Amino acid sequence: MTASARVGLVVVSHSRQLAAGVVEVAAQMAPQVAVLPVGGTADGGIGTDPDAVSRALSAADSGAGAAVLYDLGSAGMAAELAAETAADPDAVLVVDAPLVEGAVAAAVAAQSGAGLATVAEAARSAAAAGPTAVPAEPPREQPAVAGGPTSAEVLLTNEVGLHARPAALLARTVAELDARVVVRYGGHQADAASVLALMGLGAGRGARVAVTASGPQAEEAIRRVRGLAERNFEE
Amino acid sequence: MGCAEKDVADAVRAAAGVVRRHRDELVNLDRPIGDADHGENLGRGFAAVVAALDAGVPSSPGGVLEVVAKTLISTVGGAAGPLYGTGFLRAARAVGAAEELDAATVAAALRAALDGVVARGGAQLGDKTVVDALAPAVAAAESAAGGGADVAGVLRAAADAAAEGAESTVPLVARKGRASYLGERSAGHLDPGARSASLLLRAFADHAAGSAG
Repeated sequence: MTASARVGLVVVSHSRQLAAGVVEVAAQMAPQVAVLPVGGTADGGIGTDPDAVSRALSAADSGAGAAVLYDLGSAGMAAELAAETAADPDAVLVVDAPLVEGAVAAAVAAQSGAGLATVAEAARSAAAAGPTAVPAEPPREQPAVAGGPTSAEVLLTNEVGLHARPAALLARTVAELDARVVVRYGGHQADAASVLALMGLGAGRGARVAVTASGPQAEEAIRRVRGLAERNFEE
Repeated sequence: MGCAEKDVADAVRAAAGVVRRHRDELVNLDRPIGDADHGENLGRGFAAVVAALDAGVPSSPGGVLEVVAKTLISTVGGAAGPLYGTGFLRAARAVGAAEELDAATVAAALRAALDGVVARGGAQLGDKTVVDALAPAVAAAESAAGGGADVAGVLRAAADAAAEGAESTVPLVARKGRASYLGERSAGHLDPGARSASLLLRAFADHAAGSAG
């Protein structure tokens, strides 16, 4: 594990219990990420406390910045206020994302060592992140036999398959390229840019997944995905 | 004839009294279209503001406005905290270190407050929010200041326009805030935020008129 700082997360909710619950779920995916809950008013009622958000931001930022997710209207405003008054406003991003899915996606991205902008994007794109059924008639560019320059069948030999960290690594690898990559497994497909969708495929150790790429860097994308799998996702 | 820090602090205390007396009204306005906490939240916030001013009045009108802003942000707990807090904070910045507020400065402070509320909440005129009271109030205040009104005249014009603006929210369908979840069912209700803004401006205007008289 690298010693470098990871992006921290702050979850702001009107309810103390809701914030704590979201943090519980997200933190399970990211043991080395500071994921801090801020819920309710100072006197324990329903509402938001910008001062508490400020304190959580200071605690969550260990040098790589912090992303804030929130539940409803005034929680977002409290987060914006706290971000503006942070010691370094550039080190804070308030992210408009679905709270639970966004927090999980952001935590996984942060755990993998992604930067603040990537963590925020992971949260934002978590909205429609689940895998979808493969269309009955596959697109024509998908070759019937795997192994073409823009597609590959990849055997997952690493311990956990396309779970949290490997999925995040794959999503980051693909994100660097000008290519759209789709992973198919068990009758479902996932956009490889989405950590949650990849995880939703349920492709574990020993699974063979079909990877297809399109776009100017499609071949490079396939090369890199194969490389990742061959290196067991650097486990 | 201007308005020094003590006058601003007294106007804020007067506004806190108005908020306290209208607590139940604001709660009841918020119940059908919101979360029934506006009166309680604002009451708690202004009670804390009075306590902060009791502990010591800052040495400039801008300083007083800043204390109001920071206290509301820390204590209100609902959307009114960041919204009014940002409004008072921008107003404080607009008046800067001025020792007394004249009519033009008051109008400029109201304009800055409106801009802050819009920046924070993203609401436009007609969304059934506090902006529907504040925007016409600012226009009226600027018009009055431009026409040579004194501070009391500017605030009276603002309060009159805010009251009318608040009433105009009744038939509107909410597009921002908790009420927006109700869609068409939000029509037929006075917006609590617009009402509280109207009450605050009326309190400031009444206090200024009393001081001048």
